[in-house]
Amino acid sequence: MKVALFGATRGIGRALARELAARGDALCLLGRDEAELMRSCADLSLRGAAAGSFAHCDLLEPLGFEPALARAEEQLGGLDAVIVSAGLFGTQAELERDAGQLERLLDADFVHTIGFCEVARRRLLARGGGTLCVLSSVAGDRARAPVALYGAAKAGLSHYLEGLDHGYRSQGLRTVCVKPGFVRTGMTAGLPEPPFAADPERVARRIVKAIDRGWPVVYVPPIWRAVMALVRRLPRALLRRLRF
Amino acid sequence: MAHGVVSKVAGWGRVPVCDAEEVLDEDLRAAVRGARLTRGLGRSYGDASLPPHPGARVAASRRADRLLAFDASTGVLRAEAGLSLARLSEWLLPRGFAVPVVPGTCYVTLGGMVAADVHGRNHHTAGTIGAYLRSLRLALADGRELEVSAVHEPELFRATQGGMGLTAHILEVELALKRIPSPWIWQETEPLRDLDQLLERLQAASAEWPFTVSVVDALAGGAALGRGVLIKGRWAEPDEAPAQLPRSGFQPRVPFDLPDWALNRSSARLVNALYRARSRLASQAIVAPRAHFQPLDILRDWNRGYGKRGFTQYQAVIPREAGARAVRRLFETLVASAEPPFLCVVKDFGAAGTGLLSFPRPGTTASIDLPLRGERTQALVDALNRCVIDAGGRVYLAKDALTRREHLEAMDGERLRAFDAVRRRYDPERRLSSRLAVRLLGDPA
Repeated sequence: MKVALFGATRGIGRALARELAARGDALCLLGRDEAELMRSCADLSLRGAAAGSFAHCDLLEPLGFEPALARAEEQLGGLDAVIVSAGLFGTQAELERDAGQLERLLDADFVHTIGFCEVARRRLLARGGGTLCVLSSVAGDRARAPVALYGAAKAGLSHYLEGLDHGYRSQGLRTVCVKPGFVRTGMTAGLPEPPFAADPERVARRIVKAIDRGWPVVYVPPIWRAVMALVRRLPRALLRRLRF
Repeated sequence: MAHGVVSKVAGWGRVPVCDAEEVLDEDLRAAVRGARLTRGLGRSYGDASLPPHPGARVAASRRADRLLAFDASTGVLRAEAGLSLARLSEWLLPRGFAVPVVPGTCYVTLGGMVAADVHGRNHHTAGTIGAYLRSLRLALADGRELEVSAVHEPELFRATQGGMGLTAHILEVELALKRIPSPWIWQETEPLRDLDQLLERLQAASAEWPFTVSVVDALAGGAALGRGVLIKGRWAEPDEAPAQLPRSGFQPRVPFDLPDWALNRSSARLVNALYRARSRLASQAIVAPRAHFQPLDILRDWNRGYGKRGFTQYQAVIPREAGARAVRRLFETLVASAEPPFLCVVKDFGAAGTGLLSFPRPGTTASIDLPLRGERTQALVDALNRCVIDAGGRVYLAKDALTRREHLEAMDGERLRAFDAVRRRYDPERRLSSRLAVRLLGDPA
């Protein structure tokens, strides 16, 4: 498989890239920090990636999306899948305090992620189809006070991805919306660990399975499907009082 | 921007526990900014991975785990310092390589292995991990990044091997790996009657086997003092080894803290008896490297077996020139104590390494797990340390929790001053420090 990964130097993206590398996929990493990209490319090549290249791409610079994906396609000599795991995170308290940070987060996780997906959609459809796998979050499934802002961005993203799936699956575009629960990465470091916390390696194996099978939605770890089914059904009055 | 949170951290011995602002980041360069210490997987037993004072910032390296370069023709590998030995070995074995020196657990990071200058069952022939280091990439206390080796900044290079993370933050490690004939170990065991036989057989076996170690029943006194099992090993030849790779298999966890009384004289006797019986049953076997090198890893979180009060591992080396009598005195002191020591591991060391504070030197080393029981344990460690001082030996800082500063000074005064000089040169303000450095090296708390 020829895969472009946006945000694979860290966290779930890093683990995901390693899973793909181990089975010999060709990878092109998109990201901001060239030194970090080079180190990740080295790691992935040593772990078996058929090819490892990178291109500059910044989630806060939407004008760069088109050239970055064009370069990825050129480096890979084709494009079968695009994986988006780049994103920002902030706690509710930080985002309420700092309007600048909030704007950056909403731009990155909602506005520009969708912008990037649109570019990827056009490129994949032009090739006759492919897989677009995007990391959303369980936080987008039901509004909760401690992740109201981050969750709002992810809710919008999940919504968009479902629409893409409805609209373009028949034309060969397989959209995979990943909804991770708490995963132990640099992004969540320092947050209190809730139940069902998982390591990125385990989560990555499941996401690769979802990509291979073309599942439109995948919860990782899978227990979150049941948890969120329940949480979505909780009455508003109860959820307001629970404050979890 | 990397941010940390104040959480409780402890070494493998579980006590002491200390608040630390732990900064975990895939990008280690970002994590170490402003940190007082880098912490790997926390497998040092005592206070080596704890911040100098509660709440101080500590970088966690365990997510900085990328392979950076590997040359299969020379076997030289470069990787980020947070890569664990477990993960690295998984990657290496199918490629016909192994880390040349491995400690008794594979849940250590490369950086931690360098910082403790670890040794293994092949110390008598292979030395410490420091002997295979080509180069280190360090972040100094002042934020500078530096590549050090035997040629570039050799003093800092040597001080960082076994320097317990106090000289600089280790970012990347470059080391020479060993080519192996198969990913399996040929292992043989033999029972040992007493201490004299143990020392004699250990030395004889070392002449023929690359890996040797003995497990001693530390409860047996009198004529049976030093009774135990000798374990010898070597990499299996391709025609002896199974065709497939060893699998990691199921590793159960100790799900909760056992009560403090769980490990007592009777349960220790039982374990020792089982161990001896098993060694007689299977005297020759082909085993997975992890079963040979890291048998205790099979039970995850086994440190919980010691309960909430925690434990320490006392490891010291008695120099060869002090003779068998000094080893005997150490064991007699141990057996006479009220503590029920569990398994005790004895091994002969070869030549000393190049690390400034490297632990091994030619002689006999013993490691003894001791449950922490307040003053009683302190008194025992003091007594053991007096034996070691009289014999001209020293203790292993990666294991130590209870040694007194004046005792360490008596064991290692000259080396400590040389180490201090290097630290003063590269970190005059003591930005890098640890609770161990406060306890043993006079760092300000």
